[in-house]
Amino acid sequence: MSAANKQKTHIKFVLNGEPVEVAFAPHKTLLEVLREDLALTGTKHGCELGECGTCAILVNGRAILSCLMLGLDAEGQEVKTIEGMADGAQLHPLQDTFADTGAAQCGYCSPGFLLVAEELLKKNPNPSREVIKEALSGNLCRCTGYIKIYEAVELAAARMRGEEAELPRESVFGL
Amino acid sequence: MAKNGNKNGKQLNVVGKPFRKVDARAKCTGQTKFADDIVLPRMLFCKLLRTHHPHALIKNIDTSKVVALPGVLAVITGKDLPISYGILPVSQDEHALCIDKVRFIGDPVAAVAAIDEDVAFEAMNLIEVEYEQLNTISSIEEAILIEEPRIHEYGDEGNIHKKVSLEFGNVEDGFAIADLVREDTFFYEGNTHLPMEQHAAVANFDPDNKLTLWSSTQTPHYVHRALAKVLELPASHIRVIATPNGGGFGGKSDPFNHEVAVCKLSMMTGRPVKVTLTREEVFYCHRGRHPVLMHVKTGVKQDGAITGMHFQSFLDGGAYGSYGVASTFYTGALQTVTYDVPRYKFQGLRAFTNKPPCGPKRGHGTPQPRYALEVQLDKIAEQLKLDPAAMRRQNLVKPDTITANYLRIGSMGLGQCIDKVVEGSQWTDRFSGWDQNNRKLPYGKGIGIACSSYICGAGLPIYWNNMPQSGVQLRLDRQGGVCVMCGSTDIGQGSDSILAYIVAEVLGIDPFDIRVVTADTDLTPVDLGSYSSRVTLMTGNAAIQAAERARELLVMAVAEKLSVPIENLSLAERRVFDVENPDVGVSFAEAVVLAESKFGTIGTVGSYSPPRSPGRYKGAGVGPSPAYSYSAAVAEVDVDPETGIVVVERVWIAHDIGKSINPMLVMGQVEGSVYMGLGEILMEEMVYRANRNVVHKFPSMLEYKSPTTMEMCDVKTYLIEDPDPNGPYGAKEVGQGPLLPVPPAVANAVYDAVGVRIDEVPITPEKVLKALREKSKGRDGRYGPTSVPSVEWPEPLRVLTPAEGGDGKEMPRVAVHS
Repeated sequence: MSAANKQKTHIKFVLNGEPVEVAFAPHKTLLEVLREDLALTGTKHGCELGECGTCAILVNGRAILSCLMLGLDAEGQEVKTIEGMADGAQLHPLQDTFADTGAAQCGYCSPGFLLVAEELLKKNPNPSREVIKEALSGNLCRCTGYIKIYEAVELAAARMRGEEAELPRESVFGL
Repeated sequence: MAKNGNKNGKQLNVVGKPFRKVDARAKCTGQTKFADDIVLPRMLFCKLLRTHHPHALIKNIDTSKVVALPGVLAVITGKDLPISYGILPVSQDEHALCIDKVRFIGDPVAAVAAIDEDVAFEAMNLIEVEYEQLNTISSIEEAILIEEPRIHEYGDEGNIHKKVSLEFGNVEDGFAIADLVREDTFFYEGNTHLPMEQHAAVANFDPDNKLTLWSSTQTPHYVHRALAKVLELPASHIRVIATPNGGGFGGKSDPFNHEVAVCKLSMMTGRPVKVTLTREEVFYCHRGRHPVLMHVKTGVKQDGAITGMHFQSFLDGGAYGSYGVASTFYTGALQTVTYDVPRYKFQGLRAFTNKPPCGPKRGHGTPQPRYALEVQLDKIAEQLKLDPAAMRRQNLVKPDTITANYLRIGSMGLGQCIDKVVEGSQWTDRFSGWDQNNRKLPYGKGIGIACSSYICGAGLPIYWNNMPQSGVQLRLDRQGGVCVMCGSTDIGQGSDSILAYIVAEVLGIDPFDIRVVTADTDLTPVDLGSYSSRVTLMTGNAAIQAAERARELLVMAVAEKLSVPIENLSLAERRVFDVENPDVGVSFAEAVVLAESKFGTIGTVGSYSPPRSPGRYKGAGVGPSPAYSYSAAVAEVDVDPETGIVVVERVWIAHDIGKSINPMLVMGQVEGSVYMGLGEILMEEMVYRANRNVVHKFPSMLEYKSPTTMEMCDVKTYLIEDPDPNGPYGAKEVGQGPLLPVPPAVANAVYDAVGVRIDEVPITPEKVLKALREKSKGRDGRYGPTSVPSVEWPEPLRVLTPAEGGDGKEMPRVAVHS
């Protein structure tokens, strides 16, 4: 391959609810296409080998690792990234609870966790702690010890079920 | 100081409340701009060619084929950046690109700038480097035994980077009056930070001949200094902006090769240049936890009171100095800050080896000795038939005292911490009491306890100077806007938010009214960076000073306008009002207008310098701190004797925070510290193939095991608030300290569960099984090192302790007669 003169490929797909067209070198991953060709840098990379879950996005509502999917394979699909999670200026309940509980410390893994959690809550509006752990087990976080993330997911789930929920006092101030 | 008020006894409106972080919304919407998210027009991409040889002379580098490759704009090698640098003034041993020698697999020898990453990658393969192999040094033992070839031409001798020897009081006297003297040997394997964000940097040499570097660094000020030195530019022509760090944990605290390389390439090409490391490269950059071999000899009385301690540490430093001299001292500095140690001797040695350089990781140099100390105390408690929790509780260091090695203890809440975790874990109902025949928990289940303490900021800066360690500048505008500027770097711990909370508290406004500008060497006063758990204490104190100076201007102007005595005015709820008649007042914005009318543009500054430490001996620079935090942890484990697998089910942890500026963020730091300690004790290790060129065994996130949600334990957290007079509102650190008790608490719990001592971190299933097998054969149920290398130590520098009437200075050296 002469990298300097590579031929670009052109595809169309639906990104965060809007139709997009984009041209890129055909060997690029969807992660690279999103970040470099569509300027959506909210999707992060931690390994680019499918090991850490940081680049998770939703394709047709299912969480996938965008570092393991070719950009070409997005043709005709519905793709959702962190930039499409809020409803306009209104944060998704998960975004709100992640912000409120400190589930996002450095915030680098947060987009991946948020989208995987969104898929989980769509399938299971009332997941147990064990189910949440299982669902998030493909995402690594080095800051939080995951606990504030579980609590944020549980709080968002309760609020999405219409309950007036707050974090237990011990989660905020200790025992 | 009132526990829930500031020093005027005023009700606190912001401090102590669980506000959202000021940057939380950006982080949850993907809008935070990390270094690799920055894209500039005409930007080039840089790649570093890293050597595959652990130790070799560079005979020749041929870049001619690269220059001819279309799309390559520049290529540089070591000779283009001949000036050395390093984080410590005593270890200026790094070059941006190796000049004549490579010292570990991953050491960079060339860098290119190309129109895209693919071309840069292709260019790397066209650089031809001719090497002459040298013998490698792969371990502490080899470094001590093999003097030639030397990895560096400096250092104490051969491949020994540093040897230190200090004695406070006479430890032999301490052993002579002891009822029991124990000697134990431990090994703590190295591990790495593994931040989720790979290091990235963008440099832009602009048309005004000024250089800007955006980088995921925890220490923009030190990077600024290193760049000025290496690039030979006036520091005033360089601007370093630390982007929000996607995790740091100490791993982004050195000036790095790639940061220098992109600056040079941008200066050469006149275009912005970006570099983003691959995950594999992050493993090679490392600067993580030093592997440390330790020998501890401790004398105790029948009640467990320590009479003397002799601690030896041997650090595997890897290929460069980094923070290593400080790390070496830290393996010996804080032993005295937890329990009373009246006589103390420390000998430490750091070796150079042909492996990625080690440096500071969360707890910098202290988790290793803390492991050794706390496991040994457990063994001592068993020998003395004492409850290990009660024994610790009884022998604590006293608040407001000076230790044998001249560290000044302020507030000390460890007793309360122990009480909380003992009570919470139902310790007395569950601990075996050293009697395996009358166990309270079934065989295989156990609990263990450990304690620790940590600094709240290093007492001294990395380079010698008399200036403040932290500066804050405040600007108030006539619309009521408040901007706080500080050089501190948010690595996820929430340091930006701390500035907003504290300024909001003093000025009586909402933290979200405040604009926070940080970590930009052009715009913000110097703060030394996010390391040594210094940020909340130091920036917090500087912010209080700046905000109180602004408050003073506001109340003077408002007092005049309202004809109310100054001391009657209070600032709260975005108003300045008369406390005796709250309806009389003005809005905050009006107050700023009055002040600006009276005094001109309103800007104030605040700064913080730590108090001077009483230690005056050589080596006294490492260990002093304005305050010490304390933690106690109990771990509950389930050990499968068939597989050796250790599952940590729960950790009870109590942390003496002094005062929580934001309890939610404190909780997050405690939980994150427990997590990282859990990873270190159970699985994380940086290991190399000694017989295969010292190549890293598994530089990937899949094979370098770290805890997922499935391994993370349940955590029960207690926050102890014992305000420290040196902390802002009494606050102490929480980012690092709570990691420290976790590894030894787990090790002690493993012993309680199955009766084997694993004196080597991490506690992997193989080690547990080996120890169980030994035990079943009637031998010592222990896994770990049995000896330390024999070393000729320098005559210790002797210091009389405060109890002996010492003045903090070393005693004059006298000829020793045998």
